[in-house]
Amino acid sequence: MFGPQRRNLWFWVFVGPFAIGLGLFTYVPLVWSVYLSFFDAHNTVSPAGSDFVGLGNYAAMLSDPAFLGSLGTFALFTVFIVPATYALSLALALMVNRLRCAQAFFRSVFFLPTACSYVVASVIWKLSVFNGVRFGLANTVLGWFGADQTAWLSTTHPPWYWLVLVTVRLWLQAGFYMILFLAGLQRISPQLYEAAAMDGARPGWQVFRYITFPQLRATSVAVVLLLVINAFQAFDEFYNLLSDARGYPPYARPPLVYLYYTALGQDQNLGLGSAGAVILALIIAVATVVQARWFGLGRKEE
Amino acid sequence: MTEIDRRRLLAAGGGVALAAGLTAACGSNTGRGGGGSGPAISQWYHQYGEPGTQQAVKRYAAAYKKANVSVQWRPGDYDRQTAAALLTDSGPDVFEVNGPLLDQIQGGQVVDLTAEVEPVKDDFNQAVLAPKIWQDKIWGIPQVVDMQLLYYRKSLLKKAGVRPPQTLDELVDGAKKLSGKKAKGLFLGNDGGVGVLGGTPLFAAGLSLIGPDGKVGFDDPAAARTLGKIRQLYADKSLLLGAPTDWSDPAAFIQGLTAMQWSGLWALPQIKKALGDDFGVLPFPKDGSGGKPSVQVGAYGSAVSARSKRKAEAKAFAKWLWVDRTDYQQDFALSYGFHIPARISLAKKAQQLQSGPAADAVRLSTDHGYAEPLLWTTADRTAYQDALSRIIKDGANPESELKAVVRKVNAELQRVKKK
Repeated sequence: MFGPQRRNLWFWVFVGPFAIGLGLFTYVPLVWSVYLSFFDAHNTVSPAGSDFVGLGNYAAMLSDPAFLGSLGTFALFTVFIVPATYALSLALALMVNRLRCAQAFFRSVFFLPTACSYVVASVIWKLSVFNGVRFGLANTVLGWFGADQTAWLSTTHPPWYWLVLVTVRLWLQAGFYMILFLAGLQRISPQLYEAAAMDGARPGWQVFRYITFPQLRATSVAVVLLLVINAFQAFDEFYNLLSDARGYPPYARPPLVYLYYTALGQDQNLGLGSAGAVILALIIAVATVVQARWFGLGRKEE
Repeated sequence: MTEIDRRRLLAAGGGVALAAGLTAACGSNTGRGGGGSGPAISQWYHQYGEPGTQQAVKRYAAAYKKANVSVQWRPGDYDRQTAAALLTDSGPDVFEVNGPLLDQIQGGQVVDLTAEVEPVKDDFNQAVLAPKIWQDKIWGIPQVVDMQLLYYRKSLLKKAGVRPPQTLDELVDGAKKLSGKKAKGLFLGNDGGVGVLGGTPLFAAGLSLIGPDGKVGFDDPAAARTLGKIRQLYADKSLLLGAPTDWSDPAAFIQGLTAMQWSGLWALPQIKKALGDDFGVLPFPKDGSGGKPSVQVGAYGSAVSARSKRKAEAKAFAKWLWVDRTDYQQDFALSYGFHIPARISLAKKAQQLQSGPAADAVRLSTDHGYAEPLLWTTADRTAYQDALSRIIKDGANPESELKAVVRKVNAELQRVKKK
């Protein structure tokens, strides 16, 4: 009744639709996009009727200061957000882990923002917390100390918009990584701490430095990898905080926003946009592989 | 229940779900037809903020007897929605468009509407009709004229001893005098005017985006000088930045956060209601000896998709609504929002536009109105806005920034003229 043939059939009944969906909505567009990137395809997704330009779109993209600038924006964002989220989520996890009571409550409190959408959070940050007039939350608080009102998202010197971008993402994602670290912390054997205490290790920094932190290595590697990939995919908060009906400022424009305007915006330059997407995909792939090898992801613990 | 029973149940449940999904897909609202008589045509509009507009356009569609027209009212990023929909067969038959853009025309995405417009061509406001013409053919029917202008609060200017600015230098000085800790002198949008100003300062300097000869219109030292003065406004801290709503909304002006605001004609009724007679309107002031005041005008156009399976019927409907039914055009322009009818004869008849600041606005649009030319592509606009942002906010050298834009525009002109 449950022979291999029948099992095969059930396998395809359940897996087939997803496999077809994956092929149709992921791999076909991927291959199509690579193909399209060799054509001057304006306002069309079909290479038929478009001029073949070979690697012209790639050359145009790689010599475009706006695209290169967007890669710089991404690098800068990663430099800010990865260590900040790492440190904050680890600190939260350590604090919550030490709690003797109400641990579940605080775990939920810090995790809850994860459920909020990036769009909603961005709108709250933009209109309520960091709006540039005197009744914005940040300006009101600073006003108590006599500070002038600051246009947080419109000022490039100093670049206060980074504060808005980084804090909204920190608020949204620190709770999720805190949960990962909490799981990691709870896997550390109590005997290690007991042995350390017997050997005279002082609780606090010394125990953290020599026991906790090294024991969290596998979790740390996974967290950093996820953070970098997430940073690459940054779009929602950038777009919703900084764009308006007339466009997007040239500063703090990550690659996905730039490609959105090139390929899907009114520009509708789908050949050029596809070339940019291929370049970006290659950069992400190389960065991920290099990082994974550097951290020794998947290597057996010695 | 045995294991096989559960599996059968799951399979049966899956089958029902699949069938239900397919049925729902077949019966979903595609916007094509409502089951009435005549061929089915879908018509798309972007979401207007003014109450009553949606009901009005549905009423017009229902009054058309030769086809069954269904209206789709589309919130969100309408320009991008239509741009994407035009690549597929599921897009609209008739749609309003902020254009059509040159790439859309050259890409064969919209159909020629010359025959429909030709009999009354001269009655359309020529400033907004011109960008809809390519190679002597008309590709969109202007619906209503929108314009941008400078609102100023009379009492605040009087109190500060500032006269309504007639030159850009006066605007810079006046905005500085009007700026204090609680309110600023001028609001050009939360980005300092980068998005909304467009070519307006260049026109105020007596230049243009693309000249009548089809060449770059701002390859001139006057352009850098004028944009330098916009930077001065920013550097003087005379600009309101980071307001809860942007330039298109008069809230900042009404709430007293700014003494002057660059906004649209659509804001006029709201401002009048809030401030009574305590406001006036001006064009963007001229700059330099060759300068002239300028206001940007534009018009959403009604276009027909080239992918429509009912092109003839869609063209006939577009003609009926935007050429023949002048009563509906008048109603659409002035009964809900506040726009100038695209037809000169209708604009002249409109009671609401014949006195006070509204009459001033109509005069400004006639005397000083300019529209972005068809040859000004999206890539040009992006390059120019990026440069403007660096000039205004970062204090970048206007000359070198504009030189880079001129190179980009020249390359774009070559590209589009090659087709």
